[in-house]
Amino acid sequence: MAFAAFTTTEAQPQAPKRKSRIALFLLLPGILYMVLFFLTPLISLILTSLQAPNEFGDIGVYDYAFNWQNYVTVVQEYWPHILRSFGYALVATVLALAFSYPLAYFIGVKARRWPLLQSVMLVLVIAPFFISFLLRTLAWKQLLSDESFIITSLKALSLMAPDAHFTGTPAAVIFGLTYNFIPFMTLPLYTTLERLDLRYLEAGSDLYANPFTVFRKVTIPLSMPGIVAGTLLTFIPAAGDYVNASRDFLGGPDTQMMGNVIEANFLVLLNYPAAAALSIILMAAILVLVGIYVKRSGTEDLL
Amino acid sequence: MSGEVQAAAVLGGLQESEQQEDSGHRGGRVRRQRIGLGDWLLPVYTVIAFVFLLIPIVYTLVFSFNDSIKSNISWRGFTFDKWLNVCNVEGGAVCEAFANSIVIGIVATIIATTLGTMIAIALVRYRFRARSSISLLLFLPMATPEVVLGAGLAAQFLAVGVPKDMTTIILAHTMFCISFVVVTVKARVASLDPALEEAGRDLYGSPSQVFWRVTFPLLVPGIMAAALLSFALSFDDFIITNFNSGSVSTFPKYIYISASRGIPAEANVIASAVFLFALVLVIVAQVSRAARAKRLARLS
Repeated sequence: MAFAAFTTTEAQPQAPKRKSRIALFLLLPGILYMVLFFLTPLISLILTSLQAPNEFGDIGVYDYAFNWQNYVTVVQEYWPHILRSFGYALVATVLALAFSYPLAYFIGVKARRWPLLQSVMLVLVIAPFFISFLLRTLAWKQLLSDESFIITSLKALSLMAPDAHFTGTPAAVIFGLTYNFIPFMTLPLYTTLERLDLRYLEAGSDLYANPFTVFRKVTIPLSMPGIVAGTLLTFIPAAGDYVNASRDFLGGPDTQMMGNVIEANFLVLLNYPAAAALSIILMAAILVLVGIYVKRSGTEDLL
Repeated sequence: MSGEVQAAAVLGGLQESEQQEDSGHRGGRVRRQRIGLGDWLLPVYTVIAFVFLLIPIVYTLVFSFNDSIKSNISWRGFTFDKWLNVCNVEGGAVCEAFANSIVIGIVATIIATTLGTMIAIALVRYRFRARSSISLLLFLPMATPEVVLGAGLAAQFLAVGVPKDMTTIILAHTMFCISFVVVTVKARVASLDPALEEAGRDLYGSPSQVFWRVTFPLLVPGIMAAALLSFALSFDDFIITNFNSGSVSTFPKYIYISASRGIPAEANVIASAVFLFALVLVIVAQVSRAARAKRLARLS
């Protein structure tokens, strides 16, 4: 570190002008790209969300206006979808956390003695990334269809009503969301648990805490950065997802989420202002929720 | 997103094995003292969890060998036919979509890796104003749901009057890949030992010689990991593609559209082949990492 400080102080008097020109050369193309293809699209999304229908009533043609009523209309029309998006995403995030924590704990803490086993398990966690998530979701659709082995056995065991379905229900959509985002939860949890210093846990039990108390008061707080990162990485894409809830995948007519109506309005109904207004609502709600969550969990310095 | 960045780290064999081994000694001692419920419950749970995670992959692989006629739903018998004649279904629509995905992935990866690496070097090596707003500009796309990114770009292309085709897909993919490249490469730049570049300067290397002969070769593993991650993200992207592709088909889009009438087994063949290829790549990276760690251990 001292060495690095030395080099920068020595380099500064040499040519500060040239250095800043190099930095500009390195930054400019990429930053310009992000401004053009990330920032201005967000602005044009806001402008689109305020557009009014063309005065001649052409379908799919809109004029720039300040038609903020679009927001009122979409909230009135689509409030069930908005609630569903955040509700499903929340339940899926909690389920993914409950599923991933023991798994990440085993890989990151218990398997430390066997580095080879650890790397094999890590590869298995990211293995689902290597196969199209659409095909994985369709695989579950087949595996959980009414005629499938799993569902017929559940019905034979009277664990499910004989005329009940699984695919097309909210439970199926939440199941799909949970499954698809588990690796996003497991990996950050693994990273923090892998660095967990076990001497803290020893100290806890030396002070006569039972294993449960040690877990609750030592392990969980120390793995908080991983929990926060994992829940964000699961919640944000889950709230915006529309593949799982789509009718051709795990969803049904009563499980449509915000992503589905944004897609339908933009690509099918050509109602761009409605799609744009819904997108802005989705993004604003996520930013607010994430802000509150990060503040309350006390991990601001993570971001 | 750090989850994907870590996936890239695994892919690129970037994880520091020394650190893992060091913590291994620490962990071992504590656990052996007591044999409780947790000692067998957790391993059993882990096995079940992995079975659950891998079921859809096994299903996809198995059904690539199904002797299906049109849709690939019920098992009709084992065949190698689909693997041998992948492009023969629907006039090669699957293969065309796959080829498009490969081209888009390669072009977007090259652009994103170049631009992202440049930004990463600048962010670590230079102090300048607007630093925090630039970091925010690079972080926000990773915290934005894909529908919003896709709809935003589509709204912009619509406003400007750009027709949607391959180019718009590549432009969209490059955008979300840049952020991931920056995060991945930045970590590598930050971990470089400044003494190595200092040595290059001491030996009268010009700044460009020091960069191309010392710095850049040291950055290559990070850049490779970032490129692999970009390609994987681009190849598997559906949501943003769907908004910006017009009539162009990509592999995920093909699956989405065919989902209502049934996916042909040929799609499973392609997905399985990609999966096996990626798996081999990761195993090779892991094995060479282990070999390198062993070599280093013998040296020290």
